[in-house]
Amino acid sequence: MRKGTNNNLEEKKPVRREDLSFWQKAYIPEIVKGLGLTLKQIFKPKFTRQYPEERWEPTGAFRGRPVLVTENGVERCVACGLCARVCPALAIFVQAEETSLEKERHPAVFEIDMLRCIFCGFCEEACPEEAIVMSKDYEVVFTDRRDSIYGKDKLLVPMEQLKERLEFLHRYR
Amino acid sequence: MAMEILIALIKIIVVMGIVLLTVAYLVYVERRVAAFIQNRLGPNRVGPQGIFQPFADVLKLLFKEDIVPKAANRTIHDLAPIISITVALSVFAVIPFGNTISLFGKEIHLSIANVDIGILYILGLSSLGVYGITLSGWSSNNKYSLLGSLRSSAQMISYELSLGLSLIGVLLMTGSLRLQDVVVAQYGWRWNIFLQPIGFITFLVASFAETNRLPFDLPEAEPELVGGYHTEYSGIKFGTFFLAEYTNMIAASAVVTTFYLGGWQFPYLDRLGLPVIWISIIQVMSFLLKVAVVIFFFIWVRWTIPRFRYDQLMNLGWKVMFPLALANALGTAFVVAALG
Repeated sequence: MRKGTNNNLEEKKPVRREDLSFWQKAYIPEIVKGLGLTLKQIFKPKFTRQYPEERWEPTGAFRGRPVLVTENGVERCVACGLCARVCPALAIFVQAEETSLEKERHPAVFEIDMLRCIFCGFCEEACPEEAIVMSKDYEVVFTDRRDSIYGKDKLLVPMEQLKERLEFLHRYR
Repeated sequence: MAMEILIALIKIIVVMGIVLLTVAYLVYVERRVAAFIQNRLGPNRVGPQGIFQPFADVLKLLFKEDIVPKAANRTIHDLAPIISITVALSVFAVIPFGNTISLFGKEIHLSIANVDIGILYILGLSSLGVYGITLSGWSSNNKYSLLGSLRSSAQMISYELSLGLSLIGVLLMTGSLRLQDVVVAQYGWRWNIFLQPIGFITFLVASFAETNRLPFDLPEAEPELVGGYHTEYSGIKFGTFFLAEYTNMIAASAVVTTFYLGGWQFPYLDRLGLPVIWISIIQVMSFLLKVAVVIFFFIWVRWTIPRFRYDQLMNLGWKVMFPLALANALGTAFVVAALG
């Protein structure tokens, strides 16, 4: 009976890792090993990026602040309002206006509230003209809440500066 | 007599100035070394490579509001950091940082007080240091502070035994309680670290426990006890505890250097036939260098070893350190008796 229970216990024994050896229990050799490891780390290259001086250049896949594309100084936007419609954060406001240019329509007012924007990129996906794209700009800074609404003056960006993003969109969308 | 007092005052000002400046920079060095060990850069913005960081830190602490809990015992709450810093700074009074020199026809001991019971003085002060921590925890009227201070008293009392017992070995070798004699006895390579390796290890470990440095920083144990004994301290009172902790670290390093690393001894310096003034300078420099190395070791260990559990700490203290120190003391006694 007793033997039986014993066997039973042995079967249920949890898996146990190897016991520590005497030298491991003596702490000091192990501590010296650890000290060696940390000393080695001191001389290894550091991961820190010294931000204001060393900036990170995102790739084309990065979704930064949404901007309006201009082609030879003319904006592509025809003020259809799809971006404003799709925007889940209701950050975009568009007011259309007629122009004498080829496209006949353009936004008189185009505003993105950067406090509302969630950088989801839906506006870019919805846009039929590829007129609003996500830029690489991740430094969205203002010191007053009223400055958070970016108008056309801040939104219009020449196409040449958005090359990588446009190429990315052509290749993967 | 007036001359004596003047000399003592100059020595106090110089030593305290160096100690306080070192403490400020120690915080910076600690943060930098920690960062480097963790593959970061650490504070490097204030001034070139961040060397003005300590002043920024101190200024910040000075201008912070001093918040005292309503239920705290105000008097003791104010007193505790003062006790801590006083005790920490007092240790430097007996540390010899150079050989006796003759200046303007006067013998000057390069230690603030060349007392003949230096070892006892240091042991006494290290016991007193517990009061600052215990009283701070108790007077804060906060359970975490109290737990921290209780732990610290238990820890310090446990490790004081091995601290004292390891020193008996040194005492037997030297035959004097005067620290200057302890250093003089370690002439050449006869440093106590080589003659008393076990005593050195037990003393070093006990020093870590006495200064509440990382493998034994249970009184603070920030993941468990918020901030330990100084949870309820802010502003410059917290800064004073901080200062005391780092001063203790320098003091412990200086004590370890004096007892085991030959103090200001530079092996066989007198055989080089240098002018007296150079010998003195090299001796002081070698003392400072040794202290710096020990301090670096303290920091290095902190960022290497994780904290002990409380029962592990007590086991190590009573079942390993204490018997080891006792055996070392007895062994030394036998050897000294046998060799006459």
